[in-house]
Amino acid sequence: MLCQICNKKNATVHLTEIINDQMTEIHLCEACAKQKGVAGMGQPFGLQDLLAGLVDFGTPVAPGAKKTDVKCPNCKMTYEDFRKLGRLGCSVCYDTFKDTLDPLLKKVHGSVQHVGKAPVREGEKFQKKQERQDLQFRLQRAIQSEEFEEAARLRDKLRKLEKGKGEGKKG
Amino acid sequence: MTPDDLIKKPSEWLKGSGPHSEFVFSSRIRLARNLDKIIFSNWANKKQQEQALAVVEQPVRELEAIKNGMFLRMSEMSNVDKQLLVERHLISREHVQEADAKAVAISKDEAVSIMINEEDHMRIQILQPGFDLDRCWDRAQEVDTELGKRLTFAFSPRYGYLTACPTNTGTGLRASVMLHLPALVLTKQINRVIQAVIKLGLTVRGLFGEGTEATGNFFQISNQVSLGRSEEEIIDNIKRIIKQIMEYEQNARQSLITKNRSSLEDQVWRSYGILKNAHVMSSSEATELLSNLRLGMDLGMLKEVNQKVINELFILIQPAHLQKFEDKNLSAQQRDVKRAELIRAKVK
Repeated sequence: MLCQICNKKNATVHLTEIINDQMTEIHLCEACAKQKGVAGMGQPFGLQDLLAGLVDFGTPVAPGAKKTDVKCPNCKMTYEDFRKLGRLGCSVCYDTFKDTLDPLLKKVHGSVQHVGKAPVREGEKFQKKQERQDLQFRLQRAIQSEEFEEAARLRDKLRKLEKGKGEGKKG
Repeated sequence: MTPDDLIKKPSEWLKGSGPHSEFVFSSRIRLARNLDKIIFSNWANKKQQEQALAVVEQPVRELEAIKNGMFLRMSEMSNVDKQLLVERHLISREHVQEADAKAVAISKDEAVSIMINEEDHMRIQILQPGFDLDRCWDRAQEVDTELGKRLTFAFSPRYGYLTACPTNTGTGLRASVMLHLPALVLTKQINRVIQAVIKLGLTVRGLFGEGTEATGNFFQISNQVSLGRSEEEIIDNIKRIIKQIMEYEQNARQSLITKNRSSLEDQVWRSYGILKNAHVMSSSEATELLSNLRLGMDLGMLKEVNQKVINELFILIQPAHLQKFEDKNLSAQQRDVKRAELIRAKVK
């Protein structure tokens, strides 16, 4: 098997990450592994150390598409820069490199849709939506684990929120 | 407040023992936040980094938590002071490098710290003793909400909070719990536990975070996934897993007591003897021995020392702390002597 970075040497370093039951395998040669900071395999390392490599592996390149041409209009980061660093240059990059990022985020997190908190400035509407989703999730879980008292409490909270009567504010 | 004030007393958050302190050293929540459209710290030039710092400095200084604390520019700090903050878990090791436009704000009780221009514009961290992610999350939300009223964060309804590294996108949340698992190590079950934890999508690290090895039987467990799950869901998930690990550790401790009581007692009391009497001690030896002492104390075998003293020692025996105490640079050999001296004074 050839190294997934240089495509020249034999891959001798094999890494497996499992996220949300999805297995990602990465195969590297000694030299590329060293370059990515995976040398001295006794040392713990995180997925982000390998991210620069993943940017490429995770993305099926559409025939004819030239990704290297893409450049962020806000911070001037090119696709090549992003690939090398494994880090984005600014918030606008998320739009600029959307085609690459979507599959990458999916690979890393198993999802591409945020379901958490939103900044205060994003407005209350969004906050409400998030809170509803959170309550629904907790309700489902309570039902599954047969915690019926908790489930009833959450159901009432959810009803209140949907009627728009509840204060619906948390810490 | 200055870094010199820090050394005078142990971190406030270390004072209390917190829930489940027999298994858990500390809990931590970190939130990554960036400014909209402003270039991320690691891609920005020095001038752009200074601009980002200028935007966040006032709102951070005026935070309820920071008002009575301190705001430090990394470039104006000595190497020992910077190292001191790393040893107290207030900044990352990365934050020490290329100090240019980096800064850190620290609350008086050292439970809240905000790194500015690390990889992201802001890294909000809350530390609490014991197993207390809920308290961490409450305080993190307070700081986040206060900042969010004054700053426009990089955020998209689809991806959530936008961070420099795609592994933090979404909630920007990392919840970590520092566990002390000596019995799982002694009974050689730890690797199986770690493998299982990794399979569940969590990461395992050592005492001083990313890239460090597990010493003193301390293991830091944190979430990997930050997108597609709400903050509560992420915290809930890690809490459930930690509870299970604590149960395994408890069972392992029980089985050690019933099956290997003498050798366990021997190990604990020998550690006590060495700590009480040694005149030269490396930090790795001290950490291992203190870990044994902590286990002995948690199991009620040893009542001579209390948990607070042991917890403090894990931090105080680190190189920068020793040098700050002595108020001068010490060679590694000198530190080993001072370390042994300090431990003898504290372990009675």
